[in-house]
Amino acid sequence: MSDFLRSYLSVAFLAAAAMALVGGTLGLSRLIRPKRPTIEKLTVYESGVDPVGTGWSQSQIRYYIFALLFVMFDVEAVFLFPWALRLEAFGAFGLVEMGVFVVILLVGLFYAWRKGVLRWV
Amino acid sequence: MSTILHPIMGFVLAYWQQQVIKLAAILVAIPVGGLLLGYVFLMKMMAHMQSRLGPMEPGGFHGWFQNIGDAVKFIQKEDIIPAQADKWVFSLAPYVVVMSTFLLYLVIPVGPDLVVSNLSVGVFYALAVGSIGVLGVLMAGWSSANKYSLMGSLRAAGQLIAYELPLVLAVIGVVIQSGTMSMQGIVTAQQKFHIFGLNLGGMPFIVTQFPLFIIFMIAAQAELTQPPFDMPVAESELVTGYMTEYSGFRFLSFFLGEMGSAFALSAIAATLFLGGWYLPMPQSWINNNFADYIGPVILLTKVMFMAFLIFWIRFTYPRFREDQLQAIAWKYLIPISLLWIMVTAILKVAF
Repeated sequence: MSDFLRSYLSVAFLAAAAMALVGGTLGLSRLIRPKRPTIEKLTVYESGVDPVGTGWSQSQIRYYIFALLFVMFDVEAVFLFPWALRLEAFGAFGLVEMGVFVVILLVGLFYAWRKGVLRWV
Repeated sequence: MSTILHPIMGFVLAYWQQQVIKLAAILVAIPVGGLLLGYVFLMKMMAHMQSRLGPMEPGGFHGWFQNIGDAVKFIQKEDIIPAQADKWVFSLAPYVVVMSTFLLYLVIPVGPDLVVSNLSVGVFYALAVGSIGVLGVLMAGWSSANKYSLMGSLRAAGQLIAYELPLVLAVIGVVIQSGTMSMQGIVTAQQKFHIFGLNLGGMPFIVTQFPLFIIFMIAAQAELTQPPFDMPVAESELVTGYMTEYSGFRFLSFFLGEMGSAFALSAIAATLFLGGWYLPMPQSWINNNFADYIGPVILLTKVMFMAFLIFWIRFTYPRFREDQLQAIAWKYLIPISLLWIMVTAILKVAF
């Protein structure tokens, strides 16, 4: 296996170690913890009174517009990383090109701002 | 990389031997690091700053036994899964949160040779796996079948997408300056970095990236859901949000994830902005592996300083409102960090 792939094999090892830590400790605690379930214990907590309806109730998600903006800017960040790495090689040309890109995105952000998207509705 | 430890101990370790040693070190480092932060800051510093007397009592000397006693208590507590909950997702969520924390430690260098895996995309990888934890939080909140938990996890998702961007953009400034994304490469770049022809044996990037450092610390505070950004777990509003239905060790594993991530993000901030394991030292110390011995101590000192900043703010300020949270991220942090990225790029090309 190449060194490149090997360095990523450690990711799998670490994930397995995390699983082993949580699973092992849960297994250990299974040996010593009590298990006496009652109906009261198994109901969900809702300020001490019996829960009304189901827990998966409808709620208003106010920030789906923020999520759309986030996708836009996250893609921008992905474009910025390779440019940031090779900036010395590109020189002034790369600087101007990325300056235009960033300014367009900032104008987009200010447009959304003026349109009231960033206001809490 | 592949010959780690051989100049110290005089022999070459095989690949799998290295992996076992590294995994053992990580398995010790994360709970101990979490306990250390929990003990020094969460118990002692909070007790001093907020006049809380309880944590100073257990065990006698300055309440040294408090954290160990808490862990033992949580392990022997009954494990309650609500009858209405989605049991499979409910029990999987703590694994995802802890896994996200563990994966962060892969790229943090503690010495010239001491790193689990020196990926060439180091910082980028750390940002990517750091956001897996949000999935665990969403899973926990959704599967609990509890209204508080659902609201808490939705708040967490909204907060983490808003502050992911300042975090990523703050890293880009450092990447521009060092010209690499590898964490070791960033430390090496700070060994060679000097301004105004003033060569002091290296200079940390905080000197030139101070605005991005502030933005990184604010965003890290929000990513860790520490007060004043603790709306997802607000005790007085949401009864600890997505953790309401968790008990016993499953609850403790969220706490372990939080403290472990605080440790890891402090270490990443210390590496990016304060020079990581490096202090101005003779080049021969790095060549003859002496830096491998003092590197962890230097990094730990810097990590404790960064964690001190995080917890200091945590204990001092009251909670923001949800709309103020979004406004800070979108109206201030993102434009400022984009502007500073362009300033850094202009200076980099000009000099």
